[in-house]
Amino acid sequence: MSAVLKEVDNGVNVEALLGAREALTEAPEAAQFVWRATSEWKNGTHTQSSVNRFFGLGEEQSHVREYSYDTDHPEIFASEDKGSTPVEFVLVGLAGCLTAGIAAVATHRAIQLNSVKATIDAPMDIQGILGIDSDVRNGFDGITVKYQIDADASEDDIAAIVAQSQKRSAVFDIITNPTNVTVEVNK
Amino acid sequence: MIDFRHNNVRSAGTTDTVVIGAGHAGLATSFCLNERSVDHVVLERGEVANSWRKERWDSLKLLTPNWQSRLPGFSYAGDDPGGFMSMPEVIDFIQDYADFSEAPVKTNTTVTSVSKHSDGYRVMTNNGEWQADSVVIASGACNVAVRPKAAESIPKDVKTLTPHQYRGPDQLEPGGVLVVGASATGLQLADEIQRAGHEVTIAVGEHVRMPRRYRGQDIQVWLDRTGILNECYDEVDDVVRARGLPSPQLIGSSERKLLDLNSLTDSGVRLAGRLMGVNNGVAQFSGSLGNVCALADLKMNRLLDSIDDWIMTHSVLCDGAERFASTRIDESPTLSVDLSDGSIRTIIWATGFRPDYSWLDVPVLDRKGRIRHEGGVVDAPGMYVVGLPMLRRRKSSFIHGVEDDVRDLTAHLHDFLGTELRLAG
Repeated sequence: MSAVLKEVDNGVNVEALLGAREALTEAPEAAQFVWRATSEWKNGTHTQSSVNRFFGLGEEQSHVREYSYDTDHPEIFASEDKGSTPVEFVLVGLAGCLTAGIAAVATHRAIQLNSVKATIDAPMDIQGILGIDSDVRNGFDGITVKYQIDADASEDDIAAIVAQSQKRSAVFDIITNPTNVTVEVNK
Repeated sequence: MIDFRHNNVRSAGTTDTVVIGAGHAGLATSFCLNERSVDHVVLERGEVANSWRKERWDSLKLLTPNWQSRLPGFSYAGDDPGGFMSMPEVIDFIQDYADFSEAPVKTNTTVTSVSKHSDGYRVMTNNGEWQADSVVIASGACNVAVRPKAAESIPKDVKTLTPHQYRGPDQLEPGGVLVVGASATGLQLADEIQRAGHEVTIAVGEHVRMPRRYRGQDIQVWLDRTGILNECYDEVDDVVRARGLPSPQLIGSSERKLLDLNSLTDSGVRLAGRLMGVNNGVAQFSGSLGNVCALADLKMNRLLDSIDDWIMTHSVLCDGAERFASTRIDESPTLSVDLSDGSIRTIIWATGFRPDYSWLDVPVLDRKGRIRHEGGVVDAPGMYVVGLPMLRRRKSSFIHGVEDDVRDLTAHLHDFLGTELRLAG
């Protein structure tokens, strides 16, 4: 393999990631993170959510600044369309997570990425959310992610990067596997 | 047959080395200790080859061909080197080895604790107490069948079995069977149970796909000749991962049959994703089936590429290269099965095994309960472990793979005893 000889720059600091992996293997308690978001209803179906603080490496952490997001519904639902639908946000999360993983895995495998583009289709029968048919689930029928990747590697190597990225993706796991969700009110 | 020789073995006392377990690894250790004139005893909870006698299903055959059944000073002498041993044949093979090597085996002697004692170890058994400067743990890698957390939430009227409890399809109630796990065990059980007339669903997580035969030879021929089986634990990228790999999807049979997820699909088995949980009696499967199959296909092709490269480099005359069909899965594989609707009558946990160290009172286990060792040299002076996957080499968990490990480790042990002696003197 010429892997070690190749200079690859995908903008991912793989040494730092590997260092973190090693450090957290020794100190598993520092690997316990809590991700947070807050939200406030604006009007109609419009909600504004923001993220900033999170917990990890044994202490409170924060992003470099607060990020704010609007969710709403499109006009065909008689809404004002002040932002993406919440279900589109799930797709945004999946694309962001898988693509970050592709960059990290490619760098680790000394593969230069030239371009990575994805389109995601997620069909949904909205008879579920409208309560028309109780046999129809609320969520997606399925999700199809199509990647177009230009990289200095064989087709099989590229496929292996994408597969490994799914294997290590938090959002892929969140979507493909059940999670207990607890919702509390005025506590 | 009563073996009077074994009755001459002392039932308690002081020795240089106590070997725990008279399976292939413990007996191979004993052979190499004899070569070095190390005084020792082999303690065995049941009979020689106990796990092979009591903890294997009826139809099981070794995954490795007969030519690979060899131990220090001993090898397969039959006329079918390419065949696969049935369990009675494996038991005979290991019993013959015990007789041939005159191993000092104390049968029906269960170790109840091993603890530090002055400079060495105290080994308590149901049959007396031993003191030894060193201990070799050869008690096996598969003592306990691992069950996932979801096992706690299975509805009461669904029967559950581990591979240790499974003997054959006759013991199952009529009706559907869910096999959880897609290693060699899961695939073999799914195949035989479906053929016996049950509707089988198999839950598939990460797995290792491998063809039985490749380019006119058994796959083990290529793994052996290319040196893959000799790869050492300190040469691989991620030894923790390598040690945790599930067994490859292989079956030993006289017809050299190929067994993979596609052949299961052909015989009517339904594929589902990894079992993630059971919620209100509904089993939930991961939506990652496509990806785990893609990963296994890609990894198999990488293995075959490396074999092809080796064949080319070494100009070996053999059949041409081939590639196997990608794993076929439904467009939308099953995500859930209601376990209370009667469609599944039995669940089999083919979700792996782990060693039992409940008797080990020396602090050498990590937070996941695995023994801390460097290529079999345990993190306690004079203590060794043999017969675990990837202990020192890829072949470590195979019968033939134990010899090189045991030779390395008994050399280390011999040096250790020599040093002890010098310090004491």
